[in-house]
Amino acid sequence: MSRRRLPLGIWIRLVVLSVGCFAVLMPVVWMVLTSLKSAGQVFVTPPIWVFSPQWHNYAEVFELVPFQRYILNTATIVGLVVLGTLLSCSFSAYGFARLKAPGRNAIFMVLMATLMLPTTVTLVPTYIVFNHLGWLNTFKPLILPAYFGTAFFIFLFRQFFLGIPRELEEAARIDGAGYLRIWWAIFLPLSWPVIATVTVFTFIAAYNDFFGPVIYLSDESKYTIAVALSYFSGSPRIGPQIHLTMAATTIAALPSILVFLLAQRYFIRGIAVSGVNK
Amino acid sequence: MTQQRVVVRPVADRPSVSRSPRPRLTMTRRQALWCYVFIAPAVLGLLLFSLGPMIASLGLSFTSYDMLTSPIWTGTENYGALFADPIFRKSLGVTLIYGVVSVPATLVIALVLAILLNAKLPGLKFFRSAYYLPSVISGVAVAMVWKWMFNGEYGLVNAALAKVGLQGPAWLTDEQWALRALIFMSLWGFGGTMLIYLAGLQGVPKELYEAARVDGASTFRQHLHVTVPMLSTVTLFNLVMGIINSLQVFAEPFVLTQGGPNNSTLLLSVYLYQNAFEYLKMGYASAIAWVAFAIILVLTLLVFRSTPMWVHTATEDDR
Repeated sequence: MSRRRLPLGIWIRLVVLSVGCFAVLMPVVWMVLTSLKSAGQVFVTPPIWVFSPQWHNYAEVFELVPFQRYILNTATIVGLVVLGTLLSCSFSAYGFARLKAPGRNAIFMVLMATLMLPTTVTLVPTYIVFNHLGWLNTFKPLILPAYFGTAFFIFLFRQFFLGIPRELEEAARIDGAGYLRIWWAIFLPLSWPVIATVTVFTFIAAYNDFFGPVIYLSDESKYTIAVALSYFSGSPRIGPQIHLTMAATTIAALPSILVFLLAQRYFIRGIAVSGVNK
Repeated sequence: MTQQRVVVRPVADRPSVSRSPRPRLTMTRRQALWCYVFIAPAVLGLLLFSLGPMIASLGLSFTSYDMLTSPIWTGTENYGALFADPIFRKSLGVTLIYGVVSVPATLVIALVLAILLNAKLPGLKFFRSAYYLPSVISGVAVAMVWKWMFNGEYGLVNAALAKVGLQGPAWLTDEQWALRALIFMSLWGFGGTMLIYLAGLQGVPKELYEAARVDGASTFRQHLHVTVPMLSTVTLFNLVMGIINSLQVFAEPFVLTQGGPNNSTLLLSVYLYQNAFEYLKMGYASAIAWVAFAIILVLTLLVFRSTPMWVHTATEDDR
């Protein structure tokens, strides 16, 4: 596209969008810049923009707090949550999309209605039950619910399954395949776009979750990245060292940003569906 | 057990492939059984993690329970105490201000950006990603960044204000400004709403703009009279979701201010957390949850009731 041919309206849009973009990305830039400053440079007013980057700040974060531990904890929880969500949601969605049974549609409606249910309403009793089971300070309360389906993702899988031609499974049934085989060997391999969308969404949600980990995990060795980060500014080890706090924040923000940048189209598709189809 | 409840379906409407009716009946019955097997995880999840806890928390809200001794039935005492509780009333007010300012402001910003981004532009993909980027960052990380942004002495916000000759407040430690800072920060997460609007814009027929242009409408008026009404169902969705979310925001106020100073940023979810997990007042916390839930239900109902006035449902002649 040659520059000359751009109409004035487009130029105005570009200028407005660039200014807005600058403002929106500023906090991220500021975070990264601060994370590379030395302890002294952080407290210079007005803020300095040119300095030699102190990359060792990042290494220092790993030395001061057991960040590897937090990464491992988070990876365990997020991995198992993603797996459980994919299995349980696609499994249930197959029943909702393809198999007829009395009461099925009513159950589906109730399930969809729970999308409006704020998590705070179910929080206290769930906590009490997990406490009775002796599961506090374990990952179980954070992982287990993922194996019982999530309304929105069941909805996404069901929508996709409804569009798969019936001839495919009829052929398989003639060959003697049962419903389990059909779900596993025909429907799942066909639905990779939904699998990708659900994976990305679940990853971001589980990775960013704070309320769950903060009430269930009390032992520092069990912390997720989000919980550990929230205690940083007051912690005796990092305390008021803003440059280190910002380095830790940058590390914490990186996985969600990377996943978003790598899997943008699935992400955008999922959001688009959520807004338009309801 | 399920077998006895399965309704025998009429087979008359099925194509009459020559088979005796018996295996066909067992076929439908078998299918129903398998259906229940497949939807079992979702049904169990519904009972164990949604409906069950929901009813349990309603029950708990009529008790006094500290998790150490058995719950004591206290009737509506918690609810009476709530409305006499000055901190709860303050928290309710704070949440209301937060929602009333943050939700509509987010909608406006998201819509304007969606309109700007809904055109063939150089760098379009970059702009869309850049504007959405902050929305994927976790609440805790966002709060950490903004805590530093809002730092009264060394923060970027006040440095920028100083550039134009203004003396910025201490934001998060100033009772007057903390909630405003929180609301301002919440606007950073407009990305999701913007993408939903962008998706909605794809469905607005181009001819409507043509027609408006022929009638001599300016770009602004075209959007006001075409885009806004055509996207009203999307706005409805975003509005309802925004209301629900604003009553659930937790990580940001918790990390940023812990509800302070002087409870000026004590959103309902933070007060609920304090009661449940700091004071172990499980019954009282459940009552807070149910009041919040009731507010969501009433507001959602009001929004839906008001829809005939502002939501334009697509009809045949829009096409």
